[in-house]
Amino acid sequence: MILPPYAKVLGVTIEAGEGAPLLSMPFGEDVLGRPGFVHGGALAGLLELAAIAALAVELEAAGREDVGYKPINVTVDFMRGGRDNMTFAQGRVVRLGSRIANVEAAAWQDARDRPVASARMNFLISGSASA
Amino acid sequence: MATPPPKFHPRMFFSARRYGHGGRLGIDYLAHGPDWCELVLPFSPDLIGDVGRGVLASGPVVALLDMATSVAVWLKRDAFVPHATLDLRVDYLRPAAPGRTVTGRGECYRLAKRVAFVRGIAHDGDPDDPIAHVAGTFMTTGTVDA
Repeated sequence: MILPPYAKVLGVTIEAGEGAPLLSMPFGEDVLGRPGFVHGGALAGLLELAAIAALAVELEAAGREDVGYKPINVTVDFMRGGRDNMTFAQGRVVRLGSRIANVEAAAWQDARDRPVASARMNFLISGSASA
Repeated sequence: MATPPPKFHPRMFFSARRYGHGGRLGIDYLAHGPDWCELVLPFSPDLIGDVGRGVLASGPVVALLDMATSVAVWLKRDAFVPHATLDLRVDYLRPAAPGRTVTGRGECYRLAKRVAFVRGIAHDGDPDDPIAHVAGTFMTTGTVDA
């Protein structure tokens, strides 16, 4: 999957993961919120990218890589402040239907079972990418 | 007796705030009232999320609405009390037109002691035809004097 220009603003890199791709976002000035903490908007952006990456991989595995998808909405929960560390994120497709995909994503720093933030996204799937 | 929290001045806050993620996105102050604030997100090719259609990524719109609603809470509280976003839900009503500046308007419609309830919209020129709708909550992170 090719990340959009916005991912570069966040400094996000992507690698193949077990199941969905694993995304990493380093701490730095460009993602800073209140002093010493990652901006909630940057965390939300990272989670959205992780959800999109998970969906793209799932569509490809289903032989549907030609379809288009648009986000309908996102709900983000912030559990902890993101500190001066690398933030990781991975999405999971909960259900892939013919018209709607329900996807969740989690972000963490030191340990995966201590999430920094999580998101749920609903996507509208269109017949083909050009539609 | 504890020192009262400092008053909050959005214009000063943003003139001093050309740093961090908001600064990188180019988010700036537009207007405010007693319980609301409007901020702008100028279009930039850097912020494209859909290369084929040239559409702004949704992440910067979430960041804009997070900041506009956050400022609305400080305005309604009439004090700069530190808080953290508890949750945000954003509905993407339609894509932003390529090249347009996006305005985010946040409102704090209920202020409890620790939790603030917010809502708002983002539009790309016409507030009656918004591109996104937001609802969320913030929670104070320090101690609050009633």
